[in-house]
Amino acid sequence: MSVLVYTESEQGKFKKVAFEVASYAKAVADQMGTTVTAVTINADDTSALGNYGVDKVLKVNDASLDKFNANAYASIIKQATEKEDAKVVIVSSSADSKYLAPLLAVDLNAGFASNVVEAPSSTSPFTVKRTAFTNKAFNMTTINSDVKLVAVSKNAFGLKENTASAAAEDFSASIPEIKVQVDAVDKVTGQVTIADAEVVVSGGRGLKGPENWGMIEELADVLGAATACSKPVSDLGWRPHSEHVGQTGKPVASNLYIAVGISGAIQHLAGINASKVKVVINTDPEAPFFKAADYGIVGDAFEVVPKLIEKLKEFKAQQ
Amino acid sequence: MKILVCISHVPDTTSKINFTDGDTKFDTNGVQFVINPNDEFGLTRAMWFKEKQGASVDVVNVGGPETEPTLRKALAIGADTAIRVNTEATDGFAVAKQLANVVKNGGYDLVIAGRESIDYNGGMVPGMLAGLTSANFVNNCISLEVDGTSAKAVREIDGGKETVSTTLPLVIGGQKGLVEESDLRIPNMRGIMMARKKPLNVVEPVDASAETASVKFEKPAPKGAVTLVDADNVGELVNLLHNEAKVI
Ligand SMILES: Cc1cc2nc3c(=O)[nH]c(=O)nc-3n(C[C@H](O)[C@H](O)[C@H](O)COP(=O)(O)OP(=O)(O)OC[C@H]3O[C@@H](n4cnc5c(N)ncnc54)[C@H](O)[C@@H]3O)c2cc1C
Repeated sequence: MSVLVYTESEQGKFKKVAFEVASYAKAVADQMGTTVTAVTINADDTSALGNYGVDKVLKVNDASLDKFNANAYASIIKQATEKEDAKVVIVSSSADSKYLAPLLAVDLNAGFASNVVEAPSSTSPFTVKRTAFTNKAFNMTTINSDVKLVAVSKNAFGLKENTASAAAEDFSASIPEIKVQVDAVDKVTGQVTIADAEVVVSGGRGLKGPENWGMIEELADVLGAATACSKPVSDLGWRPHSEHVGQTGKPVASNLYIAVGISGAIQHLAGINASKVKVVINTDPEAPFFKAADYGIVGDAFEVVPKLIEKLKEFKAQQ
Repeated sequence: MKILVCISHVPDTTSKINFTDGDTKFDTNGVQFVINPNDEFGLTRAMWFKEKQGASVDVVNVGGPETEPTLRKALAIGADTAIRVNTEATDGFAVAKQLANVVKNGGYDLVIAGRESIDYNGGMVPGMLAGLTSANFVNNCISLEVDGTSAKAVREIDGGKETVSTTLPLVIGGQKGLVEESDLRIPNMRGIMMARKKPLNVVEPVDASAETASVKFEKPAPKGAVTLVDADNVGELVNLLHNEAKVI
């Protein structure tokens, strides 16, 4: 009857979202008066999960699972759910988890709520708060099936430290035939991704052209941030599509979002609104972004950004 | 190849989001509805298959009669036949069950859905549909080629992309990248005239329960006013981000 959580890893190491979903699972388990069991796939050392309240870990290790496969991973989580007789299953909102979750919901015949931002307000009926209309609203949803599946939004619940034993045991699950073969993975290494970033620095059409992105990259570099852009910037080919954020691009839920030369159109704001603190730098004091931002500078990016880089470097040097 | 494109009927991206009936229903007053952007990329890719490789393209929506103009628009863009499953779209699982029935009856080789709709953002219908019909599934699909019964797709992953190969029958959760923004088609007069004559079949729903229920909507708390920092005093921003916001 424990709460089951899928804690993701990459090359054997847990992703940060693994600890966030573990923290969430612990909160649900406390409300239900039960324990937390995590299932891991090809993770090396799982003891760190104890720091976020995981009591037991079912470890699956199999070389055929080195490359992600949504059906196979969903099947393993289903088998773990059944072994534990879990009634609540928690996953993250990473690209991989979003891929496997609907398959898992079908396997478990589970009602599924995605983009959940808070611990359940009630566990009977099981009621959660999720975002809707691309962050323009929230929706209280009840899950009425016997087994319930929840995908937690990134950076919404946060990490909650705890002490639990994370007692690990090997779990041998059967692996279904792989029908979607991974031929190649093309991933930038050594660069912070928008999905993982605590800070995102984003540039808009106000930057005039791709040749001016040096200062955006430098600002991102000083902050350990990922770079992003508005839709027209990617449509114009100034930046790759993978940097397009907003309602029709990637969602951003960072701690800090810095928008440079971005007007703040409704479609842009919808996608970045889940970020905790928003800063805008724009020449036009009437730009709508100022209504959505926490901090703003009315000024020319070409003057403000280099100064900001300089001040941040001074600040970092003092730390 | 028989292609089915799932079309979600959603409020235009500029819509004001309000609720009625004690915050239990979306207020459609004055709201303009459009084809879900992720689905429009998919529909455009389907048209490419039709024109370049030969395929039939049906579109489907689960919803009431109010969604028909959106389906007509898809016909005007070039789809052959539209299907409307005549029931309210209550939750993602229930929609996927209705679609699964359409897929089984129609014998489709390829189902193109959007990675998520921009109204409820559930992101679950394509995967559930694949699960329910035992089709292969690629989510966040940004490129798709089909050769006979083999398919090559690229999916976006956190921080990069992944190339995969699989076989039909296949369901994809599509998004921008399947085609470019500039490839999207605005229906012309001829398309609109032809769409009026194309079949729009209304089918009755199968028994399919929803596993979740919406209780209530809430709007985010109103935001406080922005703190402006003088452009000549950029150091103050660093100070505020460190000491007040505590994000650096
Ligand atoms: C269906 C649909 C979906 C969409 N989805 C998205 C989406 O997902 N994401 C998205 O971003 N957009 C989206 N858009 C587009 C959106 O409506 C806006 O057009 C877009 O966000 C504007 O981008 P921008 O702010 O970079 O450019 P602009 O609106 O052109 O703004 C540029 C800003 O830069 C400022 N500026 C100019 N020079 C300087 C300078 N030297 N220093 C500082 N500031 C300067 C200007 O004052 C202006 O505010 C969508 C639109 C539609 C119709």
